[in-house]
Amino acid sequence: MVDATSGAAPLNGDPGPRYDEAPIIEVRDLTISYGRTPALRDITLDIYRHEIFGIIGPANSGKTTFLRALNRMDEFNPGMDVDGTIRINGKDINDWRNVYALRSRIGVVFPLPVGLPLTVYENVAFSPRLRGIRKKAQLDEVVERCLTRAALWDEVKDRLDSLGSLLSGGQQQRLTIARALSQEPELLFLDEFSIAVDPVTTMRIEDVLKELRSELTIVLVTNLVQQARRLADRTAFFLTGELVEIGATEDLFERKVEDERTTGYIEGRFG
Amino acid sequence: MAATAAAMDRRDLAWYTDRAARVLVFIGGISAVVFILGIFVFVTKEGLDFVFGALNLREFFTSIEWRPTSNNPTYGALALIVGTASVTGFAMLCSVPLSLGAALFIAEFATGKTRETLKILVEMLAAIPSVVWGFVGMSIMHPLIIRIFDVPLGLGVLNAGLILGLMAAPIMTTIAEDALKAVPDTYREAAEALGATRWEVILKVVIPASKNGLLAAVLLGVGRGFGETMAVLMASGHAINLPTSVFDSVRALTATIASELGDTVYGSDHYGALFTLGILLFLVTFVINLTADVVVRGIRKK
Repeated sequence: MVDATSGAAPLNGDPGPRYDEAPIIEVRDLTISYGRTPALRDITLDIYRHEIFGIIGPANSGKTTFLRALNRMDEFNPGMDVDGTIRINGKDINDWRNVYALRSRIGVVFPLPVGLPLTVYENVAFSPRLRGIRKKAQLDEVVERCLTRAALWDEVKDRLDSLGSLLSGGQQQRLTIARALSQEPELLFLDEFSIAVDPVTTMRIEDVLKELRSELTIVLVTNLVQQARRLADRTAFFLTGELVEIGATEDLFERKVEDERTTGYIEGRFG
Repeated sequence: MAATAAAMDRRDLAWYTDRAARVLVFIGGISAVVFILGIFVFVTKEGLDFVFGALNLREFFTSIEWRPTSNNPTYGALALIVGTASVTGFAMLCSVPLSLGAALFIAEFATGKTRETLKILVEMLAAIPSVVWGFVGMSIMHPLIIRIFDVPLGLGVLNAGLILGLMAAPIMTTIAEDALKAVPDTYREAAEALGATRWEVILKVVIPASKNGLLAAVLLGVGRGFGETMAVLMASGHAINLPTSVFDSVRALTATIASELGDTVYGSDHYGALFTLGILLFLVTFVINLTADVVVRGIRKK
């Protein structure tokens, strides 16, 4: 399924990305290394509100590392050394005294669905509970809304009390999306979300993402170049830790770019 | 084609090795069953004559008169049962929070050298022979308890319980730490990505995910407490008594068997009575393990 036009078409009056406003994420000279080996070198880019920002590139190009740095998950990984500045909403993320508050504003979807060892309901209610929502009616409302937005509600509404891990792979991934949405995040990071998901479910999730763009900003790391083409407003191409190309997705796919490595990757000559 | 067919029929070295390995592993696998059954049959056989003969069940469970050597012997085991239960209970009260805390620290917070050093130290603690613990109870804790609490005797529930708690702590810590480490890091990352603090992650994700293993750790500790003999014999005071405070001396089931079995005549009522205590211990351990199993299965089904 190849879409001729690139990027998600605006839906129901979605005004699209706000390129005239200050960017929500500003990355300056970001270099990340594991021990001596640099995984990312001198990345400088901006991500604007209400855009779907695609990051493509082959394995080991630093895409996941980049995402992890954005919500300071590097602190989970003692060997990971982050240099440079990352600002979210104009504020250096290292100046957030409460890293948990930072993370709670960013929803993350991992490549393989990570269902917490809880029921479907509790998976989605986890983050609202952390925020201090205790009332059952309120939680019910959040759970239903998030599962509906993740296109999962109809399939699981009768089994909210069974373990999340008993769902199928595609359902589990939608559950993690519902869980990310339950944080009411400003930013949604997706890291190769469709690896373990069948094509039909992938398309359903992609539709969900297009709708979500009017509410939040999405950073989409993907190894499927056509997925970036279908969804992303702008796309960055990472290769072995370098930012090779960044631009409107259309330009990348219409070969209006300088670097021949980009066209080579997009056309499948290597990858 | 013919050559291929012949090759398919030939049993080579790999085939025989595979067979031999399977048989050996099978023997290893069923040996546990054989030993358990063997112990059960033997203990029951030795005690059975007494159970169906001279034993008065009501006296056994309700009387504290354990006088197997008197002219008119009575076999009331209540004090012994209460003795074992109180010492084990007190030991668990001390060691469960301590062990789970230690396991949480080692598994979730300590890193690098701290972690390795702690693990080695905990394992060394597990290797101390029980008679050494008994010695600590008798010669260090005993005078210490007398001095601190101003009581006439320092051998009793408090002493034996503390010693037993310290003895059970390493195994509980090790098993609990294994259970915590078995929780995939992806759970921790996912929960942290949702904005949970380290403590919230532990409380709401890691502990629930490892509760089976943690329960197993506690039950192993309880089993250790029930079965421990030498240290309890030395630290409990070994007096037949229903304790009313933690300073009272008590006598444990295991210690009774250990101290009296050598003086009995084979096949006598006293001999049978001691084996009846053995059956009781065996049944209690069996019930504890069975309960654990049922609980664990119940959790899994959900």
